[in-house]
Amino acid sequence: MTDPAVQLTNTSKRYGDVEALRDVSLSIEPGEVVAMLGPNGAGKTTSISLMLGVRNPSSGGARLFGMDPKNLKARSRVGVMLQESGVPGMLRVSEIVDLFRSYYPAPLPTSEAIAMAGLEEKAHSLVKDLSGGQHQRLYLALAVCGNPDALFLDEPTVGMDVEGRRRFLEEVGELAAKGRTVVLTTHYLEEADQLAQRVIVIDHGTVIADASPAAIKARVAGKRITFTTAAPPEDSQLAGLPLQSRVVEDHRVRLLTNEPEGVLRELFRRGVPMQDLEVSGADLEEAFIAMTHREVHP
Amino acid sequence: MSAVATRPTTAPVLPMLARQSYAEFIKLFRVPAFSATSIVLPSMFYAFIGLGQASEPLFPGSHVTFGQYFLASMALYGVANVMVLGFGISLANERGQKQDLLMKSTPLPAPIYFAAKALSALAIALIAIVVLGLFAAVAAHVQLTTGQWGTLGLRAMLCSIPFIGLGFALGYVAGPNSAPAVTNLIYLPTAFASGLFFPLRLLPHFLQNVAPYLPLYRAAQLVWDSVGARTEGGSISTDWLYMAAYAVGFFLLAFWAYRRDQGKKFN
Repeated sequence: MTDPAVQLTNTSKRYGDVEALRDVSLSIEPGEVVAMLGPNGAGKTTSISLMLGVRNPSSGGARLFGMDPKNLKARSRVGVMLQESGVPGMLRVSEIVDLFRSYYPAPLPTSEAIAMAGLEEKAHSLVKDLSGGQHQRLYLALAVCGNPDALFLDEPTVGMDVEGRRRFLEEVGELAAKGRTVVLTTHYLEEADQLAQRVIVIDHGTVIADASPAAIKARVAGKRITFTTAAPPEDSQLAGLPLQSRVVEDHRVRLLTNEPEGVLRELFRRGVPMQDLEVSGADLEEAFIAMTHREVHP
Repeated sequence: MSAVATRPTTAPVLPMLARQSYAEFIKLFRVPAFSATSIVLPSMFYAFIGLGQASEPLFPGSHVTFGQYFLASMALYGVANVMVLGFGISLANERGQKQDLLMKSTPLPAPIYFAAKALSALAIALIAIVVLGLFAAVAAHVQLTTGQWGTLGLRAMLCSIPFIGLGFALGYVAGPNSAPAVTNLIYLPTAFASGLFFPLRLLPHFLQNVAPYLPLYRAAQLVWDSVGARTEGGSISTDWLYMAAYAVGFFLLAFWAYRRDQGKKFN
């Protein structure tokens, strides 16, 4: 039997008085593509840090491929992109990829790692001269250059433009298709929808959902109703409806619900004037926001 | 996947050390603020202070010239300068940019990382004293026997080792913004107080009493001794003992500072 790629067992982490992670147990099998979602400060980065042994759990355990995550044998099977980590600016892209390759037992050729990250044209540039999006792609090159079994990507597409993000997601999708385990945290929830077979939703340091993107969508706020009104609607007009979330931006109203028919029937009965009425499936982001009971403030 | 079972589980250490050392070296070398001050400054001080009086005797009746004496002084100043200032400041900067976070998540063993940093700094120090030696020989016509050249170079390099520990410690204690000020504040006064720029007898009396306990003073006796110009009567074995003790002390301090920093960030 093979060991799980990642295992957290009743894992908690406190920073002083703050409990960043509370009694989390989860297991990620080799080959799984998992997205960890949650608002800022939910505990996503802390979870990844514990999985990688960058930080120590306050209680409970963390295993990486069945080993202590600090074990270099475990680390040698893993490639990592960490939020906010720095790279030496005075090395050229090809030099730092070469350097990181030397840390791993069976690395990819330098040119292949650089090509996967789409940095061919920047291979001879100094790292300090790269743009924000190029920096992120360099981190991808560093994460994949060791030909790892598992990739940990903490908010990987921050700072990328639309094209860069599309290409990045394609590359990660291909790696996943080759059987790599991928654990990614993200704010861009469409990324999770595109890539992951499994979504773990974290809020306030606990796992509040762990299912397929489809199952999560089915479980919460399946439909979105949007319309505009001539005047901002009164609170009483929307009171008592079976809603997961409601957002009123001036004249624009956005409602999330699992019972769109009932809600609409009631809105018509109350005589709420609605223009540009639309009913559509909620995306993962909205599902997630409704699940964490947070209002959206655009 | 049978390929997983047959492939080695970790990367070989020596190629890793070679790559890491090379990367650390070019990282330092490509920062002009560091490479220029480390490599050029000792020769520049030599030009300002030593050149005009290079062929004069160190003191009336001495067979050692001021040029020889000051060459030894600046060789030591140069190597220790690389270790304390360049090293300490670059380490503090890397911490400031959270490069340690990235390294921490890779399978690079920490001892390899530190060994590579030390080796790269030693390489820069070696370049600095070779440049200084060439400058002194060509511009100031300083003459030493082959044995003296060799002894001076070897002793200067060996004496730099305790300062690697001090550089590490300062790099882990000081913040990226305060590092240049802190390291200069510590290094420059001790260089003066150890008699590297002016003979000790010209310094205030209390400094003359403190000086014999300073690591640079002990190291200075060793390099001056290699050109026949030590300023006090003791033996080099006492000096080496002092250097060994300073090395142990500074490396313990560095280890403490490292653990403290890691505990704060990665616990």
